[in-house]
Amino acid sequence: MTMNAFITGAYDTAVGKLPGSSCMGLHAEAALGALADAGLTVGEIDGVLCAYSFTEPHLMLASVFCEVLGIHPGTCLAIQAGGATACIMIMQAAALVASGQCQNVLVVTGDNRLSGLSRDGAVAALAEVGHPQFERPFGISVPAAYALVARRYMHEYGATSEQLAAIAVQHRTHALLHPKAQQRTPITVSDVLASKEIASPLRMLDCCLISDGGAAVIVSSKAAAAGTRHKAVEILGAGQGHTHEHIVAAPSLTDFGCKSSSATAFARAGVTAADIDVAEIYDSFTITLLVELESIGFFERGSAGIAAERGDLGIGGRLPCNTHGGLLSYAHSGAAGGMFHAVEAVHQLRGHAEARQVRDAKLAFVHGDGGILSAHCSLVLGVH
Amino acid sequence: MGRTGMGRPLPNPAAETRSFWEGCSEGELRYQTCEACGVVQITPRSVCSHCQSALLAWKRSSAVGTVLSFTTVHRAPTEAFRAMAPYTIVMVDMNEGFRLMVNCDRALLPTLAIGGRVRIGFEDVDGMKLPHAQALS
Repeated sequence: MTMNAFITGAYDTAVGKLPGSSCMGLHAEAALGALADAGLTVGEIDGVLCAYSFTEPHLMLASVFCEVLGIHPGTCLAIQAGGATACIMIMQAAALVASGQCQNVLVVTGDNRLSGLSRDGAVAALAEVGHPQFERPFGISVPAAYALVARRYMHEYGATSEQLAAIAVQHRTHALLHPKAQQRTPITVSDVLASKEIASPLRMLDCCLISDGGAAVIVSSKAAAAGTRHKAVEILGAGQGHTHEHIVAAPSLTDFGCKSSSATAFARAGVTAADIDVAEIYDSFTITLLVELESIGFFERGSAGIAAERGDLGIGGRLPCNTHGGLLSYAHSGAAGGMFHAVEAVHQLRGHAEARQVRDAKLAFVHGDGGILSAHCSLVLGVH
Repeated sequence: MGRTGMGRPLPNPAAETRSFWEGCSEGELRYQTCEACGVVQITPRSVCSHCQSALLAWKRSSAVGTVLSFTTVHRAPTEAFRAMAPYTIVMVDMNEGFRLMVNCDRALLPTLAIGGRVRIGFEDVDGMKLPHAQALS
């Protein structure tokens, strides 16, 4: 099947601590990088989707960005869905080109969270997603909310801290193969288990990074994709799932919207989880990935942790996953965090992933989740 | 976001939650049920999460529930909570079918476990009564 939409350009900036960077500067660099990658000019962009920023927050971030870049597209808006934003923006861009409203939609994200906000500042800002009356008075933070999921998941399905640690180690192994990754020091399971306690059972190395960085993709119609530089990556399927916002109101602590979002995306693409060659799945915490791998159906309940220990998530494994190192070891800078997963999927499908290349990768799965496993969006991407 | 200042963020009651917080101040734990369909609301709200009726009634809870999950926070999100750390957050599924996130008595910690039964009492925080998990007996 087809959604009549193609990714024609993809780019991410340097990541990590980038002194002198700014939110809008990272947006501009990512956007121009994606345009150059596609071989398109600024004038060929007729739609712009932006996300949100912590360091330069604005009610109308997409309009601010267009002002900065000096462009006047026919369609321009910002989308906010936490970690699901990047995938939802791509899904929305696909709808815009498939319906004929746009030919080339620039989807751009970036924030200088590390240099512009500090680690403490970022943790405090993120904690504001907690329910103001029924969560925040009790000291909830994003790691604490995921820790509540982790404890319950471990109780029900027997996942262990060692298995979660194996996930962190696998991500670091991938990051070592990526010259741009923020964290390039090897780690072991013991290092993860000895890292600082954050919110039991999660430790520092179970948690994602805080980074500066930007990323963008261009989504084009079939006609517009024909003249671009690289083999276009087709958006074959997309789906969303939304079950709650606050963890206190989650219908389940073990089953989340990724189940329906992925089922919809697979059905639209006419494929199953078993057909996927490479997966780039949101990994805000080790437990996030474990829950999603099992909930989506890549692994049986209770077996994703064992699979991680066995190396199944490695390049050459049963399901190569987060081949760039993910949010855990590559980088995480707000909405760009999820966009890095999409950019990596494009590299893999074009065969441009160098030392990280998954052999004959033709079908990729990309997934983002926002809130506390609250909002989910899944994409199936492919090349012929 | 309620009275924040430099201290703990305290609840700022809204129309649909005022009765809950008034109950806490009187030592009574309250929850909402829908008079149209009977569904218990997991957290207070203005319309039923099942049938969207606005006919929500407040009831008094037995204040007993079961631990759904818990975490001990070492890395607190703000200065006020850093002064409390480590502290424990517990999610409790109440007998009547609603849910609370609360902190807990230190005395409860050694026996705190998923599936364990707890009682909800109230603790004074900067002049406001917040629900709080205690040992059942």
